[in-house]
Amino acid sequence: MTHAISPGLKASARALFLRDLRLLWRRRGDALQPALFALLVVTLFALALGNDRATLAKSAGAVLWLASLLAGLLALDTLFRGDAEDGSLEQWMLAPVPLAWLVLVRTFMHWATTALPLLVAAPLLAELLHLPHSQLNVLLASLALGTPLLSLLGAVVAALTVGMRRSGILVALLALPLYVPVLVFGAGSVVQAAQGLDVTGALLMLGAGLVLALVLAPLAAAAAIRIALN
Amino acid sequence: MNRNANLIVRWFHQLGSPPYFDRFAARWAPWGYGLGLLLMAVGVYWGLFHVPADYQQGDSFRILYIHVPSAWMSMAVYALMAVYAVIAQVWRIKLCEILAMACAPIGAAFTLITLLTGSIWGKPMWGTWWDWDPRLTTELILLFMYLGVIGLYNAIDDRRAAARAAGFLAIVGVALLPVIRYSVVWWNSLHQGQTISLLGKSTMDASMIPPLVIMIIGTKLWFVGALLARARADNLRRESGKAWVAQLAEPRA
Repeated sequence: MTHAISPGLKASARALFLRDLRLLWRRRGDALQPALFALLVVTLFALALGNDRATLAKSAGAVLWLASLLAGLLALDTLFRGDAEDGSLEQWMLAPVPLAWLVLVRTFMHWATTALPLLVAAPLLAELLHLPHSQLNVLLASLALGTPLLSLLGAVVAALTVGMRRSGILVALLALPLYVPVLVFGAGSVVQAAQGLDVTGALLMLGAGLVLALVLAPLAAAAAIRIALN
Repeated sequence: MNRNANLIVRWFHQLGSPPYFDRFAARWAPWGYGLGLLLMAVGVYWGLFHVPADYQQGDSFRILYIHVPSAWMSMAVYALMAVYAVIAQVWRIKLCEILAMACAPIGAAFTLITLLTGSIWGKPMWGTWWDWDPRLTTELILLFMYLGVIGLYNAIDDRRAAARAAGFLAIVGVALLPVIRYSVVWWNSLHQGQTISLLGKSTMDASMIPPLVIMIIGTKLWFVGALLARARADNLRRESGKAWVAQLAEPRA
């Protein structure tokens, strides 16, 4: 009986996904902001490093990694805040599907709206920074594996701070230490590629981290939401 | 169950009551501070004046008597904080929340001492104050984790919710501890490997070890004193509206 009424995992994910997409479409100007921000960061780095081709090419991987990391960080605060303010987060907790599942769907949306545009734009930005073409594949692979990991770790932090009226710098203070290992392996793989070393190890580490985080981070974030809303 | 075990269980439950803990902490915190200070004084004196200089590092190795115990404490305190946080999450024991949060500033201080003494040691040995080497970097991240826990605890108004959120962050951060502990093994590091081992033979000269052991015990005792004093203060602050705190303050007022 109840089976017929209550939505399953797929149906709830689809509903949440469509709702988020619709919200995104209604405010499509805002949706481009993370990508725009990353473009600005890249520009600032390029100007600050002085328009020197060799220096730019050497730091291009690190700059692109930092730009995507910071763009994701800026968007973290909005991950659950809107739903916490209008009360939908409480409905999530009451929903017949696990809270962790909804958190996972939402985190995927966060990644798809902040990191995916950047991933698409990465070849263009890399060209702006004169990244050698041989390293582009490694950069894209490391970003593709690393940015979902960043979003998942960030979801835990965003969930912890969702109860606060304004979290400001605290989100950065909490999230950045957790981001460090991802950055080390992600940006490190590009550096290794530049030195002509094998990058399989770093990419495999990122992949392993992503698999672990896919399982554990939604559970942790769900627990944190329960603590924050109590 | 025999009588003794019952007594221990009863004592444990009693300790959870704020007035009882207040008396317990007031009684034992000075002992922790006093004995810790005494042992550390003995350890420093022994380490500075009675241990022969190292054949390679000369006198500068002596900073290890502060660096190594602090480094151990920086990780041990984090582990203890996480244990308290787990107990607080699972059984909702208020005292454990207070103790977990009292651990954070002390651990942060030990981490800072570790980083500073390591940096001072690094200048003559490696010729640099700082290097982005795995062990140094992970220890720095540990400091940030402590600061994050403290920041989160202070950012939320409701004390109990704050302690639970910050405790949760502490639990998440435990993943970092093995990385710090084994960073010298996993990566090729500038930092020297483990030279002291509790079980088995240390690669350090026997004459250098006794003061180090004294320093390690001394820092542990000092930590106990500081933990009790901090937890007592937080406990009193939380219970400030209660009658027993008012009675406690009365004779002095």
